Order: sequence, then structure tokens, then C-alpha cells
Amino acid sequence: MDTPLIEFRNVVKRLGGRIVLDGIDLQIYEGEVTVLIGKSGSGKSVLLKHIIGLLAPDEGEILFRGKPIGNMNRTEWDKHMSRISYMFQNNALFDSLTVYENIALPLRQTTHLAKKEINKRVMSRAGQTELTGEVSKYPSELSGGMQKRVALARALVTDPEIVLFDEPTTGQDPVRRNAILGMIAEYQKKIGFTAVLISHDIPDVFFIANRVLVLYEGKIVFQGTPQELEGFKHPITDEYIQSIKAFKEKVSGMDSRRHFTGQP
Amino acid sequence: MAISTAFNNLGKTVMHWVDETGALAIFLGRSLLKVFHYRQPPFIIQQLYYIGAKSIHIVALVGLFTGMVLGLQLYYALTRVGSTGLIGMVIVIALVRELGPVLTAIMITARAGSSMATEIGIQRMSEQIDALHTMRIDSIGYLVSPRLTACIISFPLLTALFDLIGILGGYISSVFMLGLNGGNYFYGVRTSLDINDITGGFIKAIVFGIIVCTVCCFQGYFTHMRSDGHGAKSVGLSTTSAVVISCVLILVADYVITALIL
Repeated sequence: MDTPLIEFRNVVKRLGGRIVLDGIDLQIYEGEVTVLIGKSGSGKSVLLKHIIGLLAPDEGEILFRGKPIGNMNRTEWDKHMSRISYMFQNNALFDSLTVYENIALPLRQTTHLAKKEINKRVMSRAGQTELTGEVSKYPSELSGGMQKRVALARALVTDPEIVLFDEPTTGQDPVRRNAILGMIAEYQKKIGFTAVLISHDIPDVFFIANRVLVLYEGKIVFQGTPQELEGFKHPITDEYIQSIKAFKEKVSGMDSRRHFTGQP
Repeated sequence: MAISTAFNNLGKTVMHWVDETGALAIFLGRSLLKVFHYRQPPFIIQQLYYIGAKSIHIVALVGLFTGMVLGLQLYYALTRVGSTGLIGMVIVIALVRELGPVLTAIMITARAGSSMATEIGIQRMSEQIDALHTMRIDSIGYLVSPRLTACIISFPLLTALFDLIGILGGYISSVFMLGLNGGNYFYGVRTSLDINDITGGFIKAIVFGIIVCTVCCFQGYFTHMRSDGHGAKSVGLSTTSAVVISCVLILVADYVITALIL
């Protein structure tokens, strides 16, 4: 297999006296959509923040194209960062800026593009995320789902090579959730970026995933394709399957009730 | 054992203050580096409006009443020794040298400094500052440098306004209300003041501006690292610390600068 684009080697991270990442070894390959799954609070966001340098490992190293990011000089680090975009779980939108200004912020502050070009790009991303009519509003005037789309538009506006999505579909209705996943898949094919996605939307997210990583109790317990995951035996998969099964039983229970009562 | 614990605690406290002072100095240095960046002017203008223009009313009001109360107090004090002719002189020296820069700085700390600490603190807690980092935007250059420039510009201007209104306030209370000779008042004002007093007042104002901006932004910026609170509580605590530390440092710096100037 090719050299991984990003590789974690025995990464350990402790936060508040608790070991969150306990000897993480993983590989992320260029041009793929890698989905990271795991229970809430298992350290998925912490793992993602290591890639973009918001957190540094206590032990181990993270390599970018075989080069440890901890040893990069300022120019190399700047170049590394210029390739990556990050979509925060809580959106991290600037509440004193309008939707338009939020999306335009990275272009205005880090590029020398003309106003016209910035406007074109911002409006294009706003259109793709169904935000054209909301660009002059402030984030506090939008619903949670809309705010999520603003964050998504901001993450994609710089045409990054690597995009890290921290739960991009949380808080979205099923139609928009699928639209966002579809958009990520479509852009990934069109632009060819590498995507790392944290998601709980199982199994929907597997339709766009090339690889799946499973984080459990601070360790990566599975790396492989969604198909390979089907045959993977582990407590975490049982928990997921059980939850899906329980959901189906609820739905079928409603169906039977409707059938019994004759309600539409 | 008790003595050892006491020394241990004292050492920790001293080391903490050394660490904080060092961090504050680096923070100020990094803010100054970005002051002249070509992307700054629009943000500086915005901050000049928030810090400077929006403080005009409160500074003018405080200046007016400070001058009026000085006129009132001095009138009754100096009447006893038959030196009411000195009122204008005493008011202008007190205002230009001390009260103008100090009270202006304290008023701006209360109005704009607290809001700087809160705003940046909330941006820290809601990961907006982390977002800047992921977008390769220098968060100190983006958030602190424009505020620092705006403080350096607006503090002396607001101090001058305070002085002017304060002198008028003294005139209102001592001349209009208490019947002192207006000519005497302005004669005292004009003859007692020299350029060194004005320069000294402006130097103080600039130093206070740097102190207030650095301390308030620093407290907000490192809200997440507080050990005495989390979330919204830590933002509140940062704001309180920002105001208290700024006020104390204003008074300490005032003494030091006065000692150096005189």
C-alpha cells in the first residue's frame, strides 16, 4: 500500500489525568474518505485535533507524508496547515460576523484574492449549502442545522486538500443529513480531497466511506473497509448493532400498532 | 514543617507571578509585532469606534463632575487661607498630571476593558480562537493588535477630553456657582501649566492604554487555562481579574511614571 498521508504512531494523550488516547496507531490515505467512529466521549475529536495541531501528543508521533509534524519548521508547518481545513463539532462560528463574513474570513485573511473573486467563491459555497438567502444574517439568527452548514461552507471555501469533519451531520434532518454526506462524497470525487469524518450516522456514513477506523477505550480497534467491518467481532460493534436493532424494533412496533388500529 | 510549607507556598506564588509576567510580556510583544500589518486598518477603525468614540460620553461626564467637585472642594479649602485665586492652577495641575490620565484609564477599563476580556473569553470558550488557528489566522494579530492600536490612539485623546471638560467643570462650580473671578481662574490655568505637564499626562495615558489592553485581552485569551472556574464562570472570573489587575497596575504605573518624570 502507498505511504499514508497521515500516520499516528503510538500516540498517547492524557487530559485531566485521564488517558484519552492510549497508544494510537492509524493510517489515513490520500484521496480517501476515512470515517472515524466510536462512542461519545471516546476521544474522537481529541484525535482529530492532533492532526491540525490544536493538541500535541504526550507520547508518540504524527507523520504527514512520512515526516513527523512535530519536527516541522515554521514554513513547513504553515504549508501543512494551508492544506487542511477543519469543521468543528460546535461550529466555532464568529457570532459577531454575518454568515457571509464567516465564510469569507479565511479567504480575506490568508489570501490575496480580489473582492470579486472572494464574493464569487463565498456565494458559490453558500449556494451549495442552501444558504444563499441567509448570508446577511448572524449565526445566532440561524437554526443549529443552518449553523452547521455555515461551518461546512467555511471549511470548504478554501478548496483544501484535507478536510477534517467533526460530526458534520449532527443536528440535521434526514434529508439534509444525506445531502451533506452526498455533498462531501461529491466534492471528494470532484476535488479529490482527503476527508476524515467523525460521524454517528451508521450505516449511512458507510456509503461514502473508503475506510473506517473504530476508536474504543483510547485505542484504534479496527481499520479497514466498511465491508470488512461487517465481519469484525468486538463489543463496540455489538453495541452499535444492538442500538440499530432496538431502533428497528421500535419502528416495527409502530407499524404493527398502525396495522392493528387501522390508522394511516 | 509549617515554615517549610509557608516557604513552599511563597515560592509557588512568586514563580506563578514571574510566569504570568513573562507570559504577559510575550503576549504584548506578539501583539505589537502585528500592529503595522497591512490588513489591520479596518479592524483598528472598528476598535477605535468601540473603545474610543463610544467612551466619549462617559469620559466627558466623569471629567465634568471631577472638575466640578474639585472646584467646590478647593473653593472652601482655599477660602480659609485666602488663596481662592489658586483654584484654577490647582485644578489644572491635578487634572492634567494625575486625575485626567488615571480616571480616564479606569473609566475605559470599566467600559471597554471588561468587554474586551469578556468577548475574547467567550471566543476562547466557544472555540472561535481555535478556529482562527485552523484557518492559519494569527489569533493575537487578529484579536489583540487592533485593540492595542486603538487603545494607544484613543487613551491620550480621551485624556485630553477629560482634562478639558474637567477644567470647564471647575470653572462652572467655582465661577458660575460660587462667584469666583473667571479671569483669575483662567489666568491660573494658563500660567501654571507647561508643556512637560501635558507631555507627562500623555505618556501616562499611552502607558495606561497599553496596560489596559494587554491585561484585559490576556485575561480573556487564557480564560480556558483558569484553575478556579470553567465555562461561563471562568469568563466572569477573567473579566473581574482583568478589571482589578488593570486598575491596580494603572495606579502602580502612575506612581512609577510620576517618580521618573518629576
